[in-house]
Amino acid sequence: MASAFAAPEPRPAVAEEHGLLEAAGRLGRAVARNHKASLGLLLLVFVTVVAAFPGVIAHGDPQAAIYDQQVGPSASHIFGTTQVGQDVFTQLIYGTRLTLIITVVVGALCTLISVLVGVTAAYVGGVVDSGLSLVTDIFLIIPTLPLLIVLSTYLSGSGTIAIIAVLVVTGWAFGARQLRAQGLALRTRDFLEAARVRGERRPYIILVEILPNMLSLVVASFLGSAVYTVATAAGLQFLGLGNSGEITWGTMLHFAQQNGALESGNAWWALAPGAAVALLGTAFALLNYAFDEIANPALRPVRRRRDKSAA
Amino acid sequence: MRFVLRRLGLFLVTLWAALTINFLIPRLMPGNEATAVLSHFKGVNPAALHALEVEFGVGTDQNILVSYIQYLGNCLTGQFGLDSARVPVMTTILKGLPWTLGLVGMATILAFGIGTLLGIVSAWRRGGKLDSLLSPLLFILTTFPVFFIALLLLYVFGVTLGWFPLSANYSVGETPSLTIPFVLDVLGHAVLPGLTLVITTSGGWIYTMRNNMVTTLSEDYVRMARAKGLSSWRIMLDYSARNAILPNLTGFAMQLGFILGGSILVEYTFSYPGLGYLFFTGTTNHDLPLQAALFLFYTLAVLVCVLLADFATAWLDPRTRDA
Repeated sequence: MASAFAAPEPRPAVAEEHGLLEAAGRLGRAVARNHKASLGLLLLVFVTVVAAFPGVIAHGDPQAAIYDQQVGPSASHIFGTTQVGQDVFTQLIYGTRLTLIITVVVGALCTLISVLVGVTAAYVGGVVDSGLSLVTDIFLIIPTLPLLIVLSTYLSGSGTIAIIAVLVVTGWAFGARQLRAQGLALRTRDFLEAARVRGERRPYIILVEILPNMLSLVVASFLGSAVYTVATAAGLQFLGLGNSGEITWGTMLHFAQQNGALESGNAWWALAPGAAVALLGTAFALLNYAFDEIANPALRPVRRRRDKSAA
Repeated sequence: MRFVLRRLGLFLVTLWAALTINFLIPRLMPGNEATAVLSHFKGVNPAALHALEVEFGVGTDQNILVSYIQYLGNCLTGQFGLDSARVPVMTTILKGLPWTLGLVGMATILAFGIGTLLGIVSAWRRGGKLDSLLSPLLFILTTFPVFFIALLLLYVFGVTLGWFPLSANYSVGETPSLTIPFVLDVLGHAVLPGLTLVITTSGGWIYTMRNNMVTTLSEDYVRMARAKGLSSWRIMLDYSARNAILPNLTGFAMQLGFILGGSILVEYTFSYPGLGYLFFTGTTNHDLPLQAALFLFYTLAVLVCVLLADFATAWLDPRTRDA
């Protein structure tokens, strides 16, 4: 996308065309005006700060098994300890980073593949479109979690890279279908015809003409993938099929469930990471919900007028 | 007719793709799971061993294409081999099937009904209490991980209040029979897992139904109906909701994949012995024939539903037939 800034093209007087910077600016203002988006952003910033500086909030080594084993909440361990005597709160704080990294990386990679597949299918058309659409449909229909489980069986013990890989393989299709639909809608617009007549090359048209006009959908696609990843990654780790050797909220949940945390008076061991996963999912979902409203003004909340209720 | 053929085509291609993925994964992935499983089977009768070897394409010197064709034939005739307890996989699956079917079926119907109704009312009273409070709340709940809702319900209603049992499908010591106490026992065990699925899926129906309704409510034919002085109920249900529900119908089939995935997590959390629990135990025990058969089973279930939803949509909305 860097080439969008590098190419000093004279801007033709076409009303519909927007530069990438300008589009980003409008998006920023829209986020600031939308309450859901602001709240989502606030939550996300909070999680990011925790992920960046875990040592400020929690002390000690999250892996160190040096405390009493599996005890309930107390003043020194506000969420209790694990079955081998690790502090649950410390694990929760230190687990934030890897959880967030997996979410963002999977979201970004899914979006990248969605854009490549969706825009290519829409813009090139013909046999390429049919082929790509078929592959997209197949990946949409095959149920995600069962496929994930089957894939991860063969990657067990391979850690974070493996879980990122399987999540990307199963997660890109939905965004690709949406971006293809948007691409098809844009295809016949006048400003693209103008660019073709000017003799622009295909990569230029896709990067500078089409992508800026799809920016809000690309962002929405990233947010959707992130929502999917937060829950799915944690689900996989909860089953003990992810990167069990590392500390994430999902792997914490797995060990809590395996050791009967709920029944043995140590419920926070399971509930705290569960709530954290829910919080992160909510942050992305709020942003996603807000982006739907920004992209489709018909869905924005309206003040109810008295005469309408009489209808 | 062209529409039906095209949909059938997609059905067959996707089915074939799922079968092929299932065949290729053990062969393409790093590690050697196939031989690991075979090592459990020393001393089994030669026929069973051979069936496994065919399934994994190891230990025999035959060409991969031949084993692929053999595999396809086995799948089409429902021969998935033996699981790690040396019981035919089909028998094990059929034992778990009713539990999952009951749980997922009931939860799906409830969630679809509740969600669609709330979506209709939400759009009709746009900006009202339901629209601005309950619907967003339920939508936020859909983004909550399934297992978190499950753990929360388990903790509050199972552990703390003790209203419902913590796990399994019926109490230890009960024998399955069609008596009222046993049926109540089964229902009691199904409440928490079922409620989990309803809570995590109904918000999605509300969201799409509401947004579709918002669109149809601003259409000219709805304004015309208002101008004619039709009753609010008729406009809401017969005019607006009737068209708005079509995309939800297509979503129904797509949602099924999500719900089936959710049911694996729910059954694991509640140790509910349906297909999802089998899938989990099959995976952790490296019971690959069972796992492979269940993966195909899930895919087939979604495929059939997608096909049925497509036909239903075409039947209800003539516009889609030309698409």
